[in-house]
Amino acid sequence: MATTVKSSITSNQNLSSAPRSRAGASDRVTRALFIWPAVIILLFFSIFPLIVSLWLSFSRLRFTRGGVEIINVGWANYRKILLGSEQPRILGVMSQPSVEGWIFFAIIVVALIYLMVQYIRNERVTPIGFILRLALNLFLAALAWLAVSTISPGGRPGALIVTFLYVFVGIALQYLIGLGLALLTAQQLPGRRFFRVVFLLPMMITPVGVAFMFRMLTDTVVGPFSPVWKAIGLGGTSWVNNPWGARAAVIIGDVWQWTPFMFIILLAAIEAQQVEPVEAAIVDGANSWQIFRYITLPAILPVSSALVLIRMIEGFKIIDLPNVLTNGGPGTATESLTLSAFVFWRTLDIGGSAAVAYILLIVVTIVSVAFVNLVRRRFSEVA
Amino acid sequence: MITFFRRSNPFRPSPFQMVLSYLILGFWTFVVLFPIYWLVVTSFKLPSQVTQGPRYIPFVDFQPSLHAWQYIFVDVRNDTFRPYVNTVIVGLVSSIFALFIGASSAYALVRFRYRPKLGLVGVFLALVVLCVIAIALEIPWQLAVPIALALFIIAIPTLSPRMKRSLGNSDIAFWMISQRILPPVAVIIPVYVLYQQIGNATGFKLLDTRLGLIIVYIAANLPIVVWLLRDYFQSIPIELEECAQIDGASPLRIFWSIVLPLSVPGLVATFLFILVFAWNEYLFALFLSSSQAQTMPLTVAAQNATRGPQWWYMSVLILIMIAPVIVMAIVLERYIAKGLLVGAVKG
Repeated sequence: MATTVKSSITSNQNLSSAPRSRAGASDRVTRALFIWPAVIILLFFSIFPLIVSLWLSFSRLRFTRGGVEIINVGWANYRKILLGSEQPRILGVMSQPSVEGWIFFAIIVVALIYLMVQYIRNERVTPIGFILRLALNLFLAALAWLAVSTISPGGRPGALIVTFLYVFVGIALQYLIGLGLALLTAQQLPGRRFFRVVFLLPMMITPVGVAFMFRMLTDTVVGPFSPVWKAIGLGGTSWVNNPWGARAAVIIGDVWQWTPFMFIILLAAIEAQQVEPVEAAIVDGANSWQIFRYITLPAILPVSSALVLIRMIEGFKIIDLPNVLTNGGPGTATESLTLSAFVFWRTLDIGGSAAVAYILLIVVTIVSVAFVNLVRRRFSEVA
Repeated sequence: MITFFRRSNPFRPSPFQMVLSYLILGFWTFVVLFPIYWLVVTSFKLPSQVTQGPRYIPFVDFQPSLHAWQYIFVDVRNDTFRPYVNTVIVGLVSSIFALFIGASSAYALVRFRYRPKLGLVGVFLALVVLCVIAIALEIPWQLAVPIALALFIIAIPTLSPRMKRSLGNSDIAFWMISQRILPPVAVIIPVYVLYQQIGNATGFKLLDTRLGLIIVYIAANLPIVVWLLRDYFQSIPIELEECAQIDGASPLRIFWSIVLPLSVPGLVATFLFILVFAWNEYLFALFLSSSQAQTMPLTVAAQNATRGPQWWYMSVLILIMIAPVIVMAIVLERYIAKGLLVGAVKG
């Protein structure tokens, strides 16, 4: 993000430098008035909570009459979450991965090694950059290992892996469906305005409402699709009682809600691309796949990477859907990290809650920074 | 530009492609509308009509009834209207404030040049950390905060001439926008504790009040406003503002009577976007409100716990909650795409 923000401002010649030379005191006050309210609010709501969260995550709160007592407990909260009693909830239960799991893990490791080799060969390697890159790859490999060993038959994925599943499976589906619909709607079809408006609607509906809707729809006894479930012999078994069925329900609800976001911006991006190259390609006899692959896709890649980044940042915050749709269950199978933090908080374990929140913060930051540096920059250059 | 594009739209499908496109688009229309349709239908069902298995079309396979609507609007009307009013007030007030605070700083980031000294930012951060540590060590905050402030004010004139490196507008903008990365749950726990402490120390109640929610929503929405409007303001030609400046208009006046009227489409899209966010927000409300300031998402979610799966009541609640935003979305659809696209392209 940093690079693009910079480039967009340097390319902006409107930035007036004139007032600076003859800036009087009153002018300077006005200019400060313009920006300080936002800066103060954001400073207060970023730095202060971050520091206090960190401090709380190392302590235990006891509610006493007329206030709280804060006791420093060192690493106990983190130990409990990462190694101790709450490990199954957050990280999951590990066991021997299945054959598919081993293959998946091997592919990930090979891909990471390949990227590392590419980096060393093709880019300017600085010591700090190398160490950061190595640390990132180790983090990703550890994550992949956690995923395959908890998703294996004997294991049980915890909130961390479930959150990643929601984010990445959800975003992949949202992007593919959104792109397909945007390409179809960009055609000259009578009535396309109707589709544009209709496809936008799910984004406006409160996630809590979406969760209830999908609870009704996935009900195998009284839901609208219950004849279908009965016909294929699944009548009466609620798929929200099956861990993977419940996770699928959450992902379906999320996809239903957020595909419009991808759709509407991709559509605007497709419509904003230049007409001439497409017309020239048609004259030269290119088929529609070639037009898409060589003209449309490169034109929308920068927007796409921004969309994925935005959805990724927002997706890690998911709580409403699992909390209302499945109540985090069965057991803790559909809990996201944010929901786990809330459950800790509800049981008055505020230190544990803050520790989970901090782990989430670290994970989100690593993933977003890695995405910006590894994917986003490359796509922006392509365009 | 849009009309020009329409005339020469290169994506002209063949009849077969057209049929196929309509089939796929029709399928997705069904996917989008069916859950909403089911919500509407369910709200008119009697409990027995729900529990006896699915009934699809009113008047054909069941007789619609208004009992659920009557229950929500008449029998428990106070339980419905209080959260509804809360949602409207919290949503509108927080969105208006966020829009204006964010718009002014977005404009400032486009038109003025700020050069905060990197060193001063560092000193400030160090003092904040020291302050928190001091309070953690049981030094009263009434002592720690003024001392830190005094140190900072002393540091400004003595240290700033020696500091060479300074930050630019893009760094400020990046910092503001990147606030979205913070998981709300990491922010809300300290805010909860703070609100509680303020309530205990001064008696000024922020927990479970609309004001407490409004403050948090303003902070949560500011990055979105800055992100969307900064790029919008950049697309406005500067000549008008220069003319006004020559005529002696103050920056505040230029902003108020030239820039804002020119950016109405961007403002509308941004306002709608953040209003929907505040309208639907769940997590902050879950932590900060319990009964008095409860907003609609909480009321809807609470149905589950208090009454079990009584789909008919929930459907009514969800419908009255989503109706205003859906109407706005349909009316303002054109603005949304445009307003969002500018921001997404620049990232």
